[in-house]
Amino acid sequence: MENKNTYWQENLRLILICLVIWFVVSFGFGILLVDELNEFRLGGYKLGFWFAQQGSIYAFLGLIFWYSKKMNALDEKYDVE
Amino acid sequence: MDELKFYTYIAVFGTFGLYFAIAIWARAGTTSEFYAAGGGITPLQNGMAIGADWMSAASFISMAGLIAFLGYGGSVFLMGWTGGYVLLAMCLAPYMRKHGKFTVPEFVGDRFYSRTARIVTIICLIVASVTYIIGQMKGVGVAFSRFLEVEYDTGLYIGMGVVFFYAVLGGMKGITYTQIAQYVVLITAYTIPAVFISFQLTGNPIPQLGLGSTLADGSGVYLLDRLDLVVTDLGFKEYTVSKMGGTLNMFAYTLSLMIGTAGLPHVIMRFFTVPSVKAARASAGYALVFIALLYTVAPAVGAMARYNLMNTIEPTAGQNLDYEQRPQWFKDWEKTGLLEFSDKNGDGKIQYTADATTNEMVKVDRDIMVLANPSIANLPNWVIALVAAGGLAAALSTAAGLLLAISSSISHDLLKGILTPDMTEKTELLTGRIVMSVSILFAGYLGLNPPGFAAGTVALAFGLAASSIFPALMMGIFSRSMNDKGAIAGMCAGLGVTMLYVFQHKGIMFIPGTSFLGDMPADWFFGISPNAFGAVGAIVNFSVAFIVLKMTQPAPQEIRDLVDNFRSPHGEIAESHNH
Repeated sequence: MENKNTYWQENLRLILICLVIWFVVSFGFGILLVDELNEFRLGGYKLGFWFAQQGSIYAFLGLIFWYSKKMNALDEKYDVE
Repeated sequence: MDELKFYTYIAVFGTFGLYFAIAIWARAGTTSEFYAAGGGITPLQNGMAIGADWMSAASFISMAGLIAFLGYGGSVFLMGWTGGYVLLAMCLAPYMRKHGKFTVPEFVGDRFYSRTARIVTIICLIVASVTYIIGQMKGVGVAFSRFLEVEYDTGLYIGMGVVFFYAVLGGMKGITYTQIAQYVVLITAYTIPAVFISFQLTGNPIPQLGLGSTLADGSGVYLLDRLDLVVTDLGFKEYTVSKMGGTLNMFAYTLSLMIGTAGLPHVIMRFFTVPSVKAARASAGYALVFIALLYTVAPAVGAMARYNLMNTIEPTAGQNLDYEQRPQWFKDWEKTGLLEFSDKNGDGKIQYTADATTNEMVKVDRDIMVLANPSIANLPNWVIALVAAGGLAAALSTAAGLLLAISSSISHDLLKGILTPDMTEKTELLTGRIVMSVSILFAGYLGLNPPGFAAGTVALAFGLAASSIFPALMMGIFSRSMNDKGAIAGMCAGLGVTMLYVFQHKGIMFIPGTSFLGDMPADWFFGISPNAFGAVGAIVNFSVAFIVLKMTQPAPQEIRDLVDNFRSPHGEIAESHNH
């Protein structure tokens, strides 16, 4: 029971970190701060526009794989079987 | 028969033959294979199947066209339809897989120990899936009528026949393997023209990079800067900054699509097909890889199509195209009525501007952008033929996934779970097939006689999933004490608020003239469009559920134990085929 609780707490912490990044790259950079970021450029892309149409999707991908990797490690750490 | 038609027949019927062969090879023999492919699909295969399942006619045909005309505002679709996978991978899929049942209503019924909750979920699921499927059937009909020049009705019958064959025979197993093939077809068909066009315009064959590159005409000007200049010269909104509604509307719209994606049952169902919790998490990652391949190319397709269109009509500023010299694709699409020209000033030239009084391109349907794109860019005929096969693959694969979600919720949840629990597996399998056949006929009927509300339906499907199913699942997993009454009240409130808002602005059941508040941005709640309202519905759902929970008994101990069990990947993993 003790183990299960800490496993779940660690999982929640990971989810929280991921969702903060998820929120910042899409809703933050892609929508709320888009005008400010558009002052900067990435090649022909305005930076805010790039986050909204490209960058956020790459970040989502990175997040899912990072989370999977972390969770696999966590599964092993708490393997009580 | 001309060359294009010849290639199109080869591409379309070649791919159909492939789907048939797969269907015969992957017949389903048990209910477990029929609903969940026996739980033996690898994460990579599942990711590909989810990709095809998810990317519908809307993603393939409509999205790039929407982006082409909305510019930056179209980003809500790109972020909204991909961001939901982050939620699925972390907050829903692993625990629902661990619980080990076949369907979403079954999970809700178990977690909230309530038949009513299960029935409410079945209703949400069926309404969301049926509304979604109408669009797919229409997509099949349109693709056939445009590319093979057969009647819309005939095209629809052929499409129904193909889906019938592999979905009814193979169930989830047949559908999964067919979807893998369909994914390959659709992504090839989408990417090849994009690579050609990106190379033509910018010299860079990778569309994601081409969009951020300079034009290949030697001017050294960035493609997006030129596009901004061209469209603003004609009075259109600046491409890279024009918002869709206000910032709040874009925020709510993106959030609604994200949580709607995470709550759509035909997607969640796919996570029951993999063998373990670990595989469920990996599946979500692979799914997004395959989806991102199309979704990061789409903005390039949109921007380049818009640029090519503007450039064809007005090659240099002030030098407009003579109507008599319009290219062949222009004539082809005029025949379909999706492109219309009216020579208002009588000069024989085409003026395309944002001003309705001088604009002579009276109609430019957004949906034609992806389909016409290869012809606008003068690509070879086999590329155009491939796009036809790709559009059909996208529509058919999504239709099959939706049909499976509908038939399993009726045969497994409603009949086996609630009405006739003593049904044998063999009878259930047969019932599943009959229900699916009936669903195909029903979907075909709706495709032939699209109801007045067809245009609003996709928004409704996402709004329903976002405001009813997603919050219920989240609370079921993340709150141990959430009880049956809270969940049911929450679902009904979220659903009610969303439908009320959509109906009051779009008409009751979308019947024109019955909207009592008018479909005007000025009347919108804080400027949030009806399509974006699912997020507000979800907030209402959560709030109502927690208020009701405070006033009633929290969930009993055995339910808390159940939650603890599916939160942990260890211990007894319920095997799908034990049911």
